[in-house]
Amino acid sequence: MFQETIAPVGKRTMILNMGPQHPSTHGVLHLILELDGETILKATADIGFLHTGIEKTCEAKTYHQAITLTERIDYLCPLTNNLCYVLAVEKLLGLEPPSRAQWMRVMLNELTRIGSHLVWLGTHANDIGATTVLLYCFREREEILNLFEAVSGQRMMTSYFRVGGLALEPPAGFLKRVEKVMATFPDHIDEYEELLTRNRIWMARTKSVGILTKEDALDFAVSGPTARASGIDWDLRRDNPYSSYDKFSFRVPLRAEGDIYARYIVRMEEMRESLKIVRQALEGMPEGPIQVNAPAVVLPQGDNRKTEMEALIQQFKIVIDGFCVPPGEVYQAVESPRGEMGYYIVSDGTAHPYRVKVRSPSFANLQALPRLAEGRLLSDLVACIGSIDIVLGEIDR
Amino acid sequence: MTTTVLLFTLLKVIVIVFVVLTAVAYAVWFERKVVARLQSRWGPTRVGPHGLLQPLADAIKLLTKEDITPANVFRLVYFLAPALSVITALLAFAAIPFGPVTLVGGVDLFQIANLDIGVLYILSISSMGVYGIALAGWSSNSKYALLGGLRSSAQMISYALAAGLSLVGVLLLSGSLNLRDIVNAQAGATWGFIPHWNIFPQLLGFFCFLTAAIAQTNRLPFDLPEAESELVAGYHTEYSSMKFAMFFMAEYANMLTVSCMVTLLFLGGWHGPVFGPALLQTMLPLLWFSLKVLALLFLYIWIRGTLPRFRYDQLMAFGWKFLFPLALVNVLLTSLIVAYRAD
Amino acid sequence: MIPPEVAATPDAATLTELAPTSIVDAKLELGELTLVIDPGQILTVCEILKARRGYAYLSDVTAVDWHPSEPRFEVVYHLFCHERKQPLRLKCRLGGDQPSIASVVPVWGAANWCEREVFDLFGIRFAGHPHLRRLLMPIDWEGHPLCKDYPVTGYR
Repeated sequence: MFQETIAPVGKRTMILNMGPQHPSTHGVLHLILELDGETILKATADIGFLHTGIEKTCEAKTYHQAITLTERIDYLCPLTNNLCYVLAVEKLLGLEPPSRAQWMRVMLNELTRIGSHLVWLGTHANDIGATTVLLYCFREREEILNLFEAVSGQRMMTSYFRVGGLALEPPAGFLKRVEKVMATFPDHIDEYEELLTRNRIWMARTKSVGILTKEDALDFAVSGPTARASGIDWDLRRDNPYSSYDKFSFRVPLRAEGDIYARYIVRMEEMRESLKIVRQALEGMPEGPIQVNAPAVVLPQGDNRKTEMEALIQQFKIVIDGFCVPPGEVYQAVESPRGEMGYYIVSDGTAHPYRVKVRSPSFANLQALPRLAEGRLLSDLVACIGSIDIVLGEIDR
Repeated sequence: MTTTVLLFTLLKVIVIVFVVLTAVAYAVWFERKVVARLQSRWGPTRVGPHGLLQPLADAIKLLTKEDITPANVFRLVYFLAPALSVITALLAFAAIPFGPVTLVGGVDLFQIANLDIGVLYILSISSMGVYGIALAGWSSNSKYALLGGLRSSAQMISYALAAGLSLVGVLLLSGSLNLRDIVNAQAGATWGFIPHWNIFPQLLGFFCFLTAAIAQTNRLPFDLPEAESELVAGYHTEYSSMKFAMFFMAEYANMLTVSCMVTLLFLGGWHGPVFGPALLQTMLPLLWFSLKVLALLFLYIWIRGTLPRFRYDQLMAFGWKFLFPLALVNVLLTSLIVAYRAD
Repeated sequence: MIPPEVAATPDAATLTELAPTSIVDAKLELGELTLVIDPGQILTVCEILKARRGYAYLSDVTAVDWHPSEPRFEVVYHLFCHERKQPLRLKCRLGGDQPSIASVVPVWGAANWCEREVFDLFGIRFAGHPHLRRLLMPIDWEGHPLCKDYPVTGYR
């Protein structure tokens, strides 16, 4: 953070500090650009303005308390963060949540992915000048956030996934509501595509712009849709299935061009695939408990606390002291809307994580940005930033 | 010229400036409303019915806001630039006829000055507007503003050329540079229902001029000088309060000028069905004129709500490699037709 | 000491063949393979793994502070092979006094920011890093916040 930004002496170039307050840096990204006219000779990303020390804070919390911190890392896909963290802790504890919980997790995760992609599409289109798309996207995202509110009581910071299952039984008629919202979605996606996909200006602005080759993508550890647009056929949901993703059938969109348009197409198709997964989850949602039977870890449910002394004591112990996790280390990766999100958790056997490290996809993807933008115009840089879909919260953590 | 005529003309100027500024304010309201409906929002609703008093509230806010002048600006030019923008934008209205010749006491009611070179005058005056933008960008001593100013100068110069050329066809057809003559040449209709508007024989010219005009007024998809996602606010990044409002007014006044121009040159000006009692007969042309201008404003806003923005080099390529040759072809075709007819 | 189930893995076999002294310790827990590498040979090991075993993708570089025990720091590398869909964890143990290790930026470009972050938050130096400076904290910050002996109360 705060790198020096003094113009080189005797050169006919200009240093432009783009950000941290700038309409299209998606938060607090600071780019130091060396410009020749409007051509970017050198771009340097300067990050850290949103560093809140979440990893350090986690060390002082119990395993349950840390869930609320994880969703603040990437505020566009809170449930994906929840899931990744919870899966890692469950792996350490050797717990396997019941299938209903797993399916709910999958469904809500795909809803999160759609919601996150909608924000990406809206802001990306807005950066390229198509303001209307932004408002359409936010209109639909609102529906998804309403679903989250219905299920967890919160629109964004949901904390709905818990170690061992879900926090609450979903409200009555929730699945019907999801079905109703999802039924309108294909039309909405068609609507966005109508505005952009075959639009001449959109194609001129995005095709063969900001090309990321497959080699560069691998070298910079780029993941997610950005990597799949560069021809890396890799999706953790399919290749390293977690939370019963292997029971769902879906396609992984792939493009080889590696330009902004390819990333756009990949994400648009991904939204449609996510819709498919949600529909499958709705159709095959299993019945049964939402939490694993592990009294030492999971809070007692329902009326047990009012009638059973044991349950009350258990409740107090978990809330006050937390539960102990056997010593060891685990790296759990999930496919977030932006790519490979991984939690590396080291446990020393106490009720507090010894070390939590978040491998955030945007952090790696942003490293590739200078490669995309150097030698191109300022307008292209804006399009490039939008196309790699960064969230500064997870870059700075 | 008698003193009465002079006084009457002065009064006319004041009235027209007032009308134009009100129209500008309501063009902003109209734009906000229409764009909002295109984007499934409501737009202004709080101040007055349908937010109709919103322009007033905006004006009060902008006038009472603190006027910030950054430390290292070139003060003289910095203050001059917004004034220059707004003055050139308003001056263009001097030559625009809003209706047919209606003499009251020997003075034409609907036009300030009936210039024989009206078209040329408006083109040149509206091209002067680039000085306001370029100087604002330069004197602000800010990099974003500078880039905005540079983009604007290049864009205005390239597109002014295409705009000028695309009008040659109309001028050839009507044989005059006087706006009234051009409008009068479009009176009447073929078979009683197809009006003799220039848009039909000059479709190519109409398209070229409209596109170039959108570019000249810095509107989407050509709003690069103020592309907010790239240059923050472009040339007016460092301006606040009333000085910012003056740029804003200039932009909308230019939009109005261009819409008036298109109406006069291609859409038959104030011509339309005229009927009823004498008073209605004087007012109807004004109504047709306003409706046509409004339709063009709507087109502007519609385009803004639909299209993404061009990139700088694409914009220049579009102007020079597509629009300019197209305008030339139009000139060639029209001259051939005119020559053929003259034989 | 390498447990037999680890020695049987192709990764460990390749390393014992090409860099016999590189693996100090190893374990296979929760289905995750961890190789503890001699810090002096990390660059060689990474080059071998990338060239011979297809680990073209470096997920992450991080560190764990085991203060006050010695060796204090563990630098942890998470590798991934796209062809075999296989992850691998490497570890290097470093002493607490001026910890330093060779940078792996020549092998994977992605290590650049990761190593800067580790330097920023733990104070571990990466020899041969092209641009080793603080990444997240302000450039004039004192101390390394993720160390266990970093004060968690008070100003600065």
